[in-house]
Amino acid sequence: MLIKREPEIRSSEITPELVYRSRREFLRTAGVGAVGLATSSMWLGDDLAAQAVLANVKKSTYMVADDKPHSYEDITSYNNYYEFGTQKSDPARYAGQLTVKPWTVKVDGLVAKPADYALEDFIKPHQLEERTYRFRCVEAWSMVIPWVGIPLADVINRVQPDGKAKYVEFTTLMRPSEMPGLRGGGLDWPYTEGLRLDEAMHPLAFLAVGLYGKELPNQNGAPIRLVVPWKYGFKNIKSIVRMRFTEEQPQTAWNKANPREYGFYSNVNPTVDHPRWSQATERVIGQLFKRKTLMFNGYADQVAPLYKGMDLKKFY
Amino acid sequence: MSLMTRGLEPAVAAVCVVPLVLLAYKAYSGDLGVNPIETLTHETGGTALKLLVASLAVTPVRRLTGWNRLVSTRRLLGIFAFFYAVLHFSIYLVFDQFFDVMAIVDDVLKRKFILSGMVAFLAMLPLALTSTNGWIRRLGRRWQTLHRLAYLAGAAAAIHFVWKTKVPEVEPYAYAGVVAVLLLTRVWFSWKKRQTQTA
Ligand code: HEM
Repeated sequence: MLIKREPEIRSSEITPELVYRSRREFLRTAGVGAVGLATSSMWLGDDLAAQAVLANVKKSTYMVADDKPHSYEDITSYNNYYEFGTQKSDPARYAGQLTVKPWTVKVDGLVAKPADYALEDFIKPHQLEERTYRFRCVEAWSMVIPWVGIPLADVINRVQPDGKAKYVEFTTLMRPSEMPGLRGGGLDWPYTEGLRLDEAMHPLAFLAVGLYGKELPNQNGAPIRLVVPWKYGFKNIKSIVRMRFTEEQPQTAWNKANPREYGFYSNVNPTVDHPRWSQATERVIGQLFKRKTLMFNGYADQVAPLYKGMDLKKFY
Repeated sequence: MSLMTRGLEPAVAAVCVVPLVLLAYKAYSGDLGVNPIETLTHETGGTALKLLVASLAVTPVRRLTGWNRLVSTRRLLGIFAFFYAVLHFSIYLVFDQFFDVMAIVDDVLKRKFILSGMVAFLAMLPLALTSTNGWIRRLGRRWQTLHRLAYLAGAAAAIHFVWKTKVPEVEPYAYAGVVAVLLLTRVWFSWKKRQTQTA
């Protein structure tokens, strides 16, 4: 029997043809078009057909050419969301019970317009769009995911951080009555994450509220989560209840749990090994053999300038 | 070696084969989940550890219960543990590393999680090779000494499982606890033996 290996990455992936919209165009479309988050308030399981459709979604402005998105089932049944348990199947099994309506996002810290926003008001001023991004977990597996959401920069521009703000900290909901994993301990709850402000303002940084054109299923971080495709999966914090603008670098949950393994930046970097896994390769879900991991998960052209002059071995 | 002790050995062998049959069936029906390779790694590693622990439990259980026939299952459990460890390692060798020896050496040297698995595997290897009646006869008393490597294998495998998790989880620590108790019974037995010898 001949075992055929497929180590080659299709050329289109090496130079991902990110289709850009100019910044100007972003600003023009922001605020145009009423966004109707469809108002089904009932959770009907993780079946795509059961999820409420998101209205007025703009076609992808950013996409990874050629990468076929993974199936809805793959994306929604294999998750790390430790608030619901440490097994990959736990979120799909237990997250259904999470109440995501109503939802409030608190914006505070060094910001001109601190407020508790109802999720609808938080999203409404912005144009929803679909973006298909690669998603690379720190555990060396990856998927391709068609998110629906809004650029994080649009939100930040609206709430106006003041000159002293250098970072933004995100916090996940902590609700023990609906999150069985919180009993197990493990991380210092609530889950927190953070970005440098310039990272957060980068056009690729995204707040997702949907998947495959429908509302985000709970196990994927409903109702609103961060997507920063050039960083490892755990930076993409789920079910956000708070954004706080700070001068100091915020503490992050995984960094507190194990500082040697999970740095603040945690950019996808095949040359910096995790103490327990090599990061040089990854298993694309659905494929037998691993393939080479790309610097910044293939988004180097877009994000490398953010880290110019930094020693990425030190700031991992 | 004693003659087949009516049904006990075949029954244990049958139990040892069940996980393999289940895995094969799941693979056939496409039921290994979103990440099939990972499922195979976890299932084969978990079964290897369970059987290794079971083989380490034979002697203490026999001594406590006086059920001497049990000893005939020890070798069987050990060999099946090794069999699943071979599957476990093969999956890593083929699907994770694709026979890249340098990458494997690098992995072993850099990661204590992989190192501990390798120690467990290499400790089991000579035990499996010398498990035939011929080798038992040829090695005589030294066979006993050599097969103390099983303690190392058990300890290393349990540590491998503990180090595998990203946050402390109950299951690996439970296994580590059981292995620790099983190893301590050896210390206790040999201490008692010395007591009765000097008395
Ligand atoms: C030859 C050296 C070995 C290597 C390279 C190896 C490698 C691995 C890998 C890559 C994983 C999966 C880690 C993950 O998905 O996070 C794993 C898990 C595991 N291995 Fe090994 N292993 C080795 C030997 C062994 C041996 C000898 C045993 C037991 C006797 C064992 C028991 C386990 C167990 C119990 C798990 C965890 C399964 C679970 O999560 O349910 N391994 N090993």
